[in-house]
Amino acid sequence: MTEKKKTYIEDIERTLYDIKDEDRSVYKAHSGLTEDVVRDISTRKHEPQWMLDFRLKSLEVYNSLELPTWGPSLEELHMDDIVTYVQPDAKMTGSWEEVPEDIKDTFDRLGIPEAEKTSLGGVGAQYDSEVVYHSIQEDMVKQGVIYTDMETAVREHEEIVKEYFMTLVPPKDHKFAALHGAVWSGGSFVYVPAGVHVEMPLQSYFRLNAAGAGQFEHTLIIVEPGASLHFIEGCSAPKHNVTNLHAGCVELFVKDGARLRYSTIENWSRNMMNLNTKRALVEKDGIIEWVSGSFGSHISCLYPCSVLHGENARCEFTGVTFASKGQNLDTGASVIHAAPHTSANINTRTISKAGGMATYRSAVKVTKNAPFAKCSVNCESLMLDNLSRSDTLPVMDIEGDEADIGHEAKIGRISDEAIFYLTSRGIDEEEARAMIVRGFVEPIAKELPLEYALEMNNLVNIELEGTIG
Amino acid sequence: MAEKLLEIKDLHAGVEDKEILKGLNLSVNKGEVHVILGPNGSGKSTLMNIIMGHPKYQITSGTMEFEGEDMSGLKTFERARKGLFLSFQTPEEIPGITVENMIRTAKQTITGDKVKLVPFRKELKAQMQELKMKPEYAQRYMNVGFSGGEKKRNEILQLLMLQPKLALLDETDSGLDVDAVQIVSEGVAKFHNADNSCLIITHNTRILEKLKVDKVHVLMNGQIVEEGGAELIEDINSRGFTHILDAQNEAK
Repeated sequence: MTEKKKTYIEDIERTLYDIKDEDRSVYKAHSGLTEDVVRDISTRKHEPQWMLDFRLKSLEVYNSLELPTWGPSLEELHMDDIVTYVQPDAKMTGSWEEVPEDIKDTFDRLGIPEAEKTSLGGVGAQYDSEVVYHSIQEDMVKQGVIYTDMETAVREHEEIVKEYFMTLVPPKDHKFAALHGAVWSGGSFVYVPAGVHVEMPLQSYFRLNAAGAGQFEHTLIIVEPGASLHFIEGCSAPKHNVTNLHAGCVELFVKDGARLRYSTIENWSRNMMNLNTKRALVEKDGIIEWVSGSFGSHISCLYPCSVLHGENARCEFTGVTFASKGQNLDTGASVIHAAPHTSANINTRTISKAGGMATYRSAVKVTKNAPFAKCSVNCESLMLDNLSRSDTLPVMDIEGDEADIGHEAKIGRISDEAIFYLTSRGIDEEEARAMIVRGFVEPIAKELPLEYALEMNNLVNIELEGTIG
Repeated sequence: MAEKLLEIKDLHAGVEDKEILKGLNLSVNKGEVHVILGPNGSGKSTLMNIIMGHPKYQITSGTMEFEGEDMSGLKTFERARKGLFLSFQTPEEIPGITVENMIRTAKQTITGDKVKLVPFRKELKAQMQELKMKPEYAQRYMNVGFSGGEKKRNEILQLLMLQPKLALLDETDSGLDVDAVQIVSEGVAKFHNADNSCLIITHNTRILEKLKVDKVHVLMNGQIVEEGGAELIEDINSRGFTHILDAQNEAK
């Protein structure tokens, strides 16, 4: 038998995402974080006093907290070099025509307006620190649905924002939550009144173009009793040779009997530190469904948390993570059972290749107030070569009575016998590997919004192309 | 004159430093049914895997031809496309790939043509019915959660759908109850015709009841030590393998 030659493609095709636009922002905050920077951001946004106070208090908390000591090392992150606020040369508009040409081109390439035409009920697009485009279908507005950028929400729906903003993720939660509280900018605000079902998904797209910048968008969604919504979020950035930081914050309020599906596909560039905090508070009979795809970034720490606060509240978490060369993706989920008969279902797949590191990390807590809680965790990892690493770190803390907790973890490689089986049916080795990887993520892929499922399929295909057996 | 389909001459092969096949000769003509008998560990499954080109095994000397063409440089998928098929003793479970998708993809690569979904589904459904497989199994993942008998039936389903020239059946009847053996045996009988051949490893004669066996080979210690017609099966069943070995030793 002759020695097999193998060639590997180490990285996914990123040409589409890596096209950099010329940075012609009108204003950039000084790099680093001082009180002046924070005041400046607030002034430019014409914010009410309470928000400025909130920012300054967050800054104080930020300065008093240490970096987390667990998870991937964050030593490459130098806060003094990060520009916290970049204002693009564009005003927020409800008309796609008015978006400046180069910014429009970027979103066109990513297929954003196309998606709006065909399958979405509303679209938001954020470029660097500010939202440049927002639209929502007329009939939803008539039903009282609000979908707008956070700045507009602070001005026009101040009472609602004030009641909820950073109550679920308080600045003192951790250093990056505090940072977010101080310099947040952009993001989406969605309010769905009681009993209203938003039939078509709303989608926000975040694009970070400027080098060395941070993106700190805030997403606040309130789904009132008996209402339902599907919200999709996509993120990308071109590759710069300096570190960018993403420390967004997502707060989801799911009221009695309401249902929210929150889908994210994150495809940041490979120099991004993605330290995002997402949390949902679910009341009686409410359902939160997370669908989370992590493909990009240099380092990610992402563990969407569901607080099951009302009786019978439910959480469904579906996640996929793909770590390639130079990536350390630490992802997972967290669930707090705080009421009787709450249930959670966590289902994740991670793939690592070409030296990538993928960790599944989860925390399940069942409080004393949550008898008959039910939680099932299934996490599977696939390593595509011997250079890659994978780890599973589940933590369980069970205080409630009669809890039904199940955990299943699997870490493996593509088995030679499975390849032999498929090739014995006439399928070549390359396609056999691709089929196995696609099969591995299939239970997740079918949960993704269609265009993202296709994108993920392409990622898998491109990843494996050139693996000549 | 019968047309040669598979011809193996003086084959030496094994895994790492261990030689398993030690000068094996075997010849199968088009339209024939051959049975290989042999005690456990004699190299039967290794032979099947080597014919199919499993990369784990190395051939050190000898030749292997399919339809007169040297197979040594051919990869497993190329052998399959030329008309070889292996029904596995323990079929792999492959999560995320449905039975329908798997067979359709295989059929497409083997025939080199697009396989239209509607007629394909119709054919698949009919074949599944014959094998007493529930139609919903078409949408289940390959062998995941299948019982032993269901896995074997799934192998025969692929055999019927892919129509190879040479079917290698590695203990397709093992671990099956009487009814399941009956179904599998009928499936193989349905597959076989004058244009294709079967090479069957079995410990159970029931799978052969519906087939006309042309030749029986006894494989021991990596060599074919005896050959004969169907009557050899009866002989082995009643007397076991040891007397053949004894006869061999005497001859030496």
